[in-house]
Amino acid sequence: MIRLTDVHKSFGSNDVLRGVDLHVPKGKSMVVIGGSGTGKSVLIKSVLGLVTPDSGVIEVDGVDVTRQPRDAFLARFGMLFQGGALFDSLPVWQNVAFRLMRGALKRPKAEAREIAIEKLRRVGLGPDVADRLPAELSGGMQKRVSLARAIAASPEIIFFDEPTTGLDPIMSGVINDLIREIVVEMGATAITITHDMTSVRAISDRVAMLHRGKIRWEGPIADLDHSNDPYVDQFIHGRASGPIETLR
Amino acid sequence: MTNPIAALGRAVLGALAFVGRLALFSGETISHLVRPPFYPRELGTALIQIGFYSLPVVGLTALFTGGALALQIYAGGARFSAEAVVPQIVAIGMVRELGPVLVGLMIAARVTSSVAAEIATMRVTEQIDALVTLSTNPMKYLTLPRVLAATLVMPVLVGIGDTIGILGGYLVATETLGFNASTYIKNTADFLEFMDIFSSLIKGGVFGFIAALMGCYYGMNSGRGAQGVGSATKTSVVAAAILILASNFILTQAFFSA
Repeated sequence: MIRLTDVHKSFGSNDVLRGVDLHVPKGKSMVVIGGSGTGKSVLIKSVLGLVTPDSGVIEVDGVDVTRQPRDAFLARFGMLFQGGALFDSLPVWQNVAFRLMRGALKRPKAEAREIAIEKLRRVGLGPDVADRLPAELSGGMQKRVSLARAIAASPEIIFFDEPTTGLDPIMSGVINDLIREIVVEMGATAITITHDMTSVRAISDRVAMLHRGKIRWEGPIADLDHSNDPYVDQFIHGRASGPIETLR
Repeated sequence: MTNPIAALGRAVLGALAFVGRLALFSGETISHLVRPPFYPRELGTALIQIGFYSLPVVGLTALFTGGALALQIYAGGARFSAEAVVPQIVAIGMVRELGPVLVGLMIAARVTSSVAAEIATMRVTEQIDALVTLSTNPMKYLTLPRVLAATLVMPVLVGIGDTIGILGGYLVATETLGFNASTYIKNTADFLEFMDIFSSLIKGGVFGFIAALMGCYYGMNSGRGAQGVGSATKTSVVAAAILILASNFILTQAFFSA
């Protein structure tokens, strides 16, 4: 489904991606783990074309992403951004239905609102939230709205960038469960970026660890605890000592 | 010896690179005028935000400037017994120069800053990236409506500013300087020519384009964090003000140098 081959990306002298190879099979939920600043977000933004790789090939369904018609390509994706990235000036329902009110997927306004309210209900929010502005919602509710927006057009592929950052453990659990349910229910292919190990165990079919710009380890979630990789072991157990350098 | 030359070279290259980036940004913005999809709702919102909500500041600026201009011309004219030229000089001064320039600068302060801050905040909070993932071109959705709205509405604002400025001069002249009201109006109307008004409105359109374009350009290219937003806002206003004054000189020369 999604295949990255020898993808490199630098920002000035900072080599963020140094030859990433990764394959995400269709319908599977891949979680990419790794320390802060290891290029996890750059990785998914490269797939979407928000960041242009310096070299390497990114394919979706065997076709180079740079050769696919842009709008049709993006219409297959949904994305939950780390900070929600909701549009401040639009009420909640228009945020959720944004894609359904413009472009190729445009629907009548009433129908778009109806779908938005249904998607809000799917993420546990009532219709009373629909006409509020994002600034009037709590962080957890904003994350849910962003999740509703990501799934509004029933995309084939969904990216989740740090879906539980800044949330309390209970709300994190709620979001993790929602993501898992939605991915299974829609049969979508998903890539989640996180360093929250609870999320990893709740969401993933497969796990990849990004370290120093390369995929250090990749395998099914069941193998994560006995990967025999000292880097993976240090990361998943949150140890301060080990092969991963830490600033103290 | 090489260091100053290298610094000069870097500065020249930097300036040329900026001009190139700005030209590409302008070209891309304009190209979206003829490439669907279009966002009329965004254009309507921008017209109201930039046009309607700028009316108070434009009106007050023009009113006080027109009044002060009348006082200055009267006092200056008295030195060589030419007090009677107040209506003519207020009219030509407001319409040809002060109206468009002051309205342009007020719009740079009010609109450029808010556009730059809004778009820069959207950049920092990944809202621009979100637009892209929702198959919406940010240049088409954010930049074009604002630039088009400012270009269309600024001639109207300048026309209103010119009129209110002349009114300010009229009020001061008739209420405090002893001018006859009907004579003042007649002198003003007789003295103004088509080219005076035409140049004023054209300047308004150009200044509106510059003001909104600078806000969008610096907003889209904002750095990270609160400092990035602040820097984008400040730089956009300075750049817009300088470009407005520079283009005013060029346009004045083009219209009136012959």
